[in-house]
Amino acid sequence: MTPRYALELDGVSVWFGGRRVLDGLSWTARVGELTALLGPNGAGKTTALRCVTGLLQPESGRVRVMGGSPGDANERIGLMPQSVGAWSAVRPGELLRYLAGLYPDPMPVGDLVDALGLAPLLNRPYRRLSGGEQQAVNLAGALVGRPELVLLDEPTAGMDPHARRRTWQVISGLRGRGVSVLLTTHDMDEAARLADRVWIMDAGRVTVSGTVAELTAEASLEDVFLRHTGGAA
Amino acid sequence: MNATRIVRHAAMELRMLLRNGEQLLLAFAIPLGLLIGGLAWGQGFGLDLAVFPASVVAVATWSTAFTSLAVATGFERRYGVLERLVATPLTRADLIAGKALAATALVAVQAALLSAVALVWGWRPAWTPAGAASAAVAIGLAIAAFAGLGLLLAGTLKAEVTLALANLVYLAGLALGGLIADQPPWLPTAALGSALRAASAGAGAPLALLVLAAWAVTLTLIARKAFRWTS
Repeated sequence: MTPRYALELDGVSVWFGGRRVLDGLSWTARVGELTALLGPNGAGKTTALRCVTGLLQPESGRVRVMGGSPGDANERIGLMPQSVGAWSAVRPGELLRYLAGLYPDPMPVGDLVDALGLAPLLNRPYRRLSGGEQQAVNLAGALVGRPELVLLDEPTAGMDPHARRRTWQVISGLRGRGVSVLLTTHDMDEAARLADRVWIMDAGRVTVSGTVAELTAEASLEDVFLRHTGGAA
Repeated sequence: MNATRIVRHAAMELRMLLRNGEQLLLAFAIPLGLLIGGLAWGQGFGLDLAVFPASVVAVATWSTAFTSLAVATGFERRYGVLERLVATPLTRADLIAGKALAATALVAVQAALLSAVALVWGWRPAWTPAGAASAAVAIGLAIAAFAGLGLLLAGTLKAEVTLALANLVYLAGLALGGLIADQPPWLPTAALGSALRAASAGAGAPLALLVLAAWAVTLTLIARKAFRWTS
C-alpha cells in the first residue's frame, strides 16, 4: 500500500554539544507533492534532512521515510546535499555514471545531461566548475537513480538566472511525474512558485505551515517568513 | 552488502586516488625512491639488503592504508561526499568495504612493482609457503589496522588537521615505527616490518601476526565507534 506521506517527522529532537538543534520537530511531506522547508540559517533544516537520510539518529521522536525507517528506502531516494557533495577531481560524466551504477533502474545519463545543460561540463574536473555548475551536477546526481522522493537542500544557491529557471523546470517536471520533492531554500520566490505546502521552522521547530495560498492570503511569503522566524522585527 | 556496488566504489576510489599528485607520491614515488636508494647505497649505512625490499613493501602498505586513506577520507567528509553516498543504495558497510578493497588492490600493485624492481636488482628472497602465507596475512591485518587509524583521524578531525597529522604520523612511523629497522613488534608498523622481513627470509612471525590482529581489531572498533560521517 502506498503511504500517504513520503516523509513524517514526529517530535524529533537532536542535540549537538549541549545545544538542542531540533526541538520536537514535526512535519510531513505528502506523496506526489512538493514540500518546502523554510527557515533562517541555523534553524535546523539540514539537520532534519540528515535525520531523514539516516545520517543522524534523533535522541527522541520518530522519522518515517516512504513508510519505513531512514536508510531502508535509499534505492527510492535522491539527495542533493547543500555542500559540495563530490570529489574535487571527479569529472561530472564519470560521477553521474558512477552514481547511476549504484541504483537498480537508473535514468539514462544522457537525458539528464540534456535536461540540465551539462554537456559542456562533462569532462571538466568538478573543482573547476562554478558554484552554479556544481549545483547543476549535484541535482543530476540526485535524479539519476530515478527516485520517488527527492531531497533538495538549497538547490539553486549560486545559480545564474538561466540555470535557476532550468532547474525550476526540472523540479516542476518531477512533481508532474508524481515524484515527491522536499525542498529547502532561502529563496521565497522559489518556494512560492514551486511548493504545494510550506513548513517554516525556527530554532529547531515548526512555527507555521500551510499551502502557499493559505500562507500568502494576507501577506507575501517573505513577510510570513519574517513574522514567524527569529529575524522578525 | 552488495559486491557489485563495493567493486564500483573501489574502482572510483582508485581513480580518485591515482589522479592526485600527492597520493601518487606516497603510493609510488617515495617507496620506489626508497627502494632504489636503499639497494644502491644502503649497504654503506648498514642496511641488510636481503630483507630491505620487504621493509619497503611495509612502508608502501603504511602509506596507502593509513596516510592516503586518512587524507582522502578526510576531504570526502569535508566536501560532503560521504553524506551524499550514504543516502544512495551504497550502504556504509559497502563504502568501507570499497575503501578496503581499493587499498588492498593498490598495496598489491605496489608490492608487485617493488618486488619486481628488487628482483631485477638482484634481490633473492627465501620464499617458503609459511613465509608467503605469513606475509599475506600480515599485510591484510596491517591494512585493517592502518585503515582503522586513518579512518579514526579522518572521521573525527577537520580535513586540514587530518592532512597535517596523517603526514606527521606517516613520517614518524617511517623513521621510528620499525617499518625499516627491527624493533620489538608492539606497534603495528613494527609488527608489519618484522613479519615481512621474516617472510623474505622464509620464516613465519606468529607474534607479529598476533600483535597485528590485536591492533586491527582494536583500531577498527574504535574507528567504527568514533567516526562521524559529516564535518
